[in-house]
Formats: sequence, C-alpha cells, structure tokens
Amino acid sequence: MKYADEFRDKTIAQGLARAIGAEASPQRLYRFMEFCGGHTHAISRYALEDMLPVNVRMVHGPGCPVCVLPASRIDMGIKLADRPEVTLCVYGDLMRVPGAQGQSLLRAKTRGTDIRMIYSTLDAVRIAEQAKDREVVFFAIGFETTTPPTAVTLRLAEKKQLKNFSVFCNHVLTPSAILSILGGADIRNIGRVEIDGFVGPGHVSTIIGTEPYDFVAEEFGKPVVIAGFEPLDMLQAILMLVRQVNEGRYEVENQYSRAVTREGNSRAKKEVSDIFELRDQFEWRGLGLVPYSGLKLKLAYAQFDAEVRFAMHEVRVADNPGCECGAILRGVKKPVDCKLFGTICRPETPMGSCMVSAEGACAAHWTYGRFRDHH
Amino acid sequence: MCLSIPAEVTKILPDDMAVVSIDGVKKEISIALVEDLAVGDYVLIHVGCALTRIDPAEAKRTLELLHEFGSRERGLQP
Ligand code: SF4
Repeated sequence: MKYADEFRDKTIAQGLARAIGAEASPQRLYRFMEFCGGHTHAISRYALEDMLPVNVRMVHGPGCPVCVLPASRIDMGIKLADRPEVTLCVYGDLMRVPGAQGQSLLRAKTRGTDIRMIYSTLDAVRIAEQAKDREVVFFAIGFETTTPPTAVTLRLAEKKQLKNFSVFCNHVLTPSAILSILGGADIRNIGRVEIDGFVGPGHVSTIIGTEPYDFVAEEFGKPVVIAGFEPLDMLQAILMLVRQVNEGRYEVENQYSRAVTREGNSRAKKEVSDIFELRDQFEWRGLGLVPYSGLKLKLAYAQFDAEVRFAMHEVRVADNPGCECGAILRGVKKPVDCKLFGTICRPETPMGSCMVSAEGACAAHWTYGRFRDHH
Repeated sequence: MCLSIPAEVTKILPDDMAVVSIDGVKKEISIALVEDLAVGDYVLIHVGCALTRIDPAEAKRTLELLHEFGSRERGLQP
C-alpha cells in the first residue's frame, strides 16, 4: 500500500532506534504519552517498546473513542434500540462495550432488537432511505476525526429530506481530554502520571491542525509531536521528542506533515462548527465529567437530534469496581496491573471498555504484548 | 475505530462521491470534505469519507530524512 509500506522499513527502524538510544541520556527518564489509541495499537503491533532503551517509556493515553464512552451512554443506546420503531446503526467496535449490569448492544441485538453494524457513515443514510417506515438512528461516536463524516451524513439526510433519520451524538474533543490529564480535578483520587511529552494524534490533526495543541507547550511546558501511524512515523516522533527534552524545548512539532497542516482541514472544520456546538460537560469513562469536552447538535438541527426526538435521558452508572480502565486511560496503571486482566476479562468477555476495541490498551496488550511480559 | 488508510482516487462521481482503490480493492466514498480532488490523488479515508489529501512532496521529504537513518544503519552493519 503506497504511503504505508515505505514507512515500515526494518533497517530504517533499527537506524531510528539506534539514534534514540544514542541521544537519550542514561541520566534521566523519558516518559511519553501516546494520546491516541491508533498509536497504542501500532506500538503493540510492531513491538516498538522493545526497540526503545529502558529509560524511554511509552504511557498509553485515553485516545480510544470506544474506551472512553461511559456505560451510561451505552445504556441510552440500548434503551433506544429497545423501542420497537427504532433501527440503531452502530460502528462494530461498539457492540461489545459493557453498559450497566453486563448489558451490551450485542446482547440487545441477540435479544431481537434491530441493531445494524455499519462501516461507513453513509450506510446509515442508505438504511434510512430503504426503510422509510423505521426510525433510523445513527449512534455517532468518535474524536475530531469522526465528527466531520457524521456532519457529511447529516447534510446528506437533510438534502434527501429524510424524516426518519437522526443522530445520537457522542462526539468528543481531544484537547479537552489532554487538559484533563494534565490538570483534571479528580487527580487526587486516581493520581497523576508524570509525562515528559506527547505523541500527538495524527488523524485528529488532519482535521483540527496542530494549532489546538499550542496550550500544552505554552501552559504546561510539555513538547508535542504530531505523528503518523506507521512504525517509522512513531519512532521518528519519539526521536523528535527526545531531542526536544534534551534541548529543554517544548514546542508543537509535526512529524506527519504529509497529512497534517497547522490549520487543518478548514472545510471540515466549518461543517462541524455549522452543525455542532459544545456541551457544558460530557462524561468520559476513566476521566469523569470533563468540561466542554463533548459536542451536541445545534438547535437548528434538533429534528435530527435523537436525544431531543426520543426525549433521552442520561443516568450515570458506576463502572465495574474491579476494572482499572480509569487509571489505565490516564496512564497511571498498565493493563497487567489489573487483577481481571486475562483472567475473567478477555476480548471475548470484556469487563471494561479498554478490552473491547483493538485500540484499547488492554486489548492491544492482550493481543500483541502479553507474551513479552513473561520473558 | 479512528483508523484511516491511504487510498488512491480512481474516479470522481457526481454528488461529491468518488471511487478509490485500496491496493486494488475499489470502494465508493464521500469526498465532500476535501476540495478539488483529482484522479490520481491519494487521500486518507475514514468511515467512508476522505479526510484529507496526502501531500506527495511532504511524504517525499519525510522519506528522504528517514532514508538517512537507513543508510547510516547499513554503514554500521558488517
Ligand atoms: S483488564 Fe479488563 S477489567 Fe481490567 S482494566 Fe482492562 S478492561 Fe478493565
């Protein structure tokens, strides 16, 4: 695959690893958080941690949209699917995410509710066009990467004058989550992780650009390097972070310049700001209520807003008390620190959301990393 | 979930749609979010939409820098 294979070359990877080893000072620790679940997945899949010197450590962050969706929103989705007139369209990743009392969308589907898995946002519109007698609801989740495609879908439904289509909006914002990790209010309960720099999200940044991360550098004095998702992208970004730390710099740098600009995609940003607005707060699994971190549909689009249309209410529920997802999403703990990891919590029977998506820290470690711990 | 993959635009369709090829596999996607796409451009696609165009000049620049690490490494290997 062009623009992917070239960034997987083994010799270059070894060269980069050697440079990181040579430039990282043995005198100190380098703890870098990869915010994005796609990066967590790449680190595990290509065993990148094995290539790094022991004092350069990766801390997994909360950037997996499936992992941070709280049980309460899953329950709201299940309730919606329980309505006889509703067809609920969801991304496949969401199906096994645990809600309250071991419920999940998958269980609801087995019970006979009309839940469809989709791979493209446009599928939801197609389903609504074909089933005019059904109320088709799209369960929209994701970071800034996934919000513009939801906007495209809404525009299409508007153009086609679909009266039976709505969106259950659960879109969240990356910079607010980073802010919460650096200075969130409930740090006293979970603890704070020491971080020396961030590998910034690549695909989110194709949309929002690099500019929204400036505060991480300016206010918190932490370097950020926006990176692509191939192994060479990640290693190069880590080298760039090591250099910033060594030189006492804290800037926002862009390793992923083939896809990311400082301004981002202005057309996509405009679509999003035309249709969505900030919620005062939104609950994140693991981070709790984060101010101004989620989006909802503007009043002008209320006819497409499932929460308005079906008078949906959110009831907060506690997560499984044995699950350490909260601390793991903050980078304070690792999957193996959880007693349930690999015992009763496995990808087939997830107890927490980090075990569901391939981008979740627990699932990534289960699939690619667990054998290495024993060496 | 946030996965995006590079794909080549092979045909522009009406209504902001296009056909792309991912290693020979054809797919119909929306190009409503990216301005002025042409056949032969590479885009990153995500949940059925093109997110952005991949800039070939920037990709080349990054690869040139990376190749230096490769040749240095080969120089060190016996
Ligand atoms: S192993 Fe399972 S229960 Fe433990 S933190 Fe991970 S997802 Fe939660």
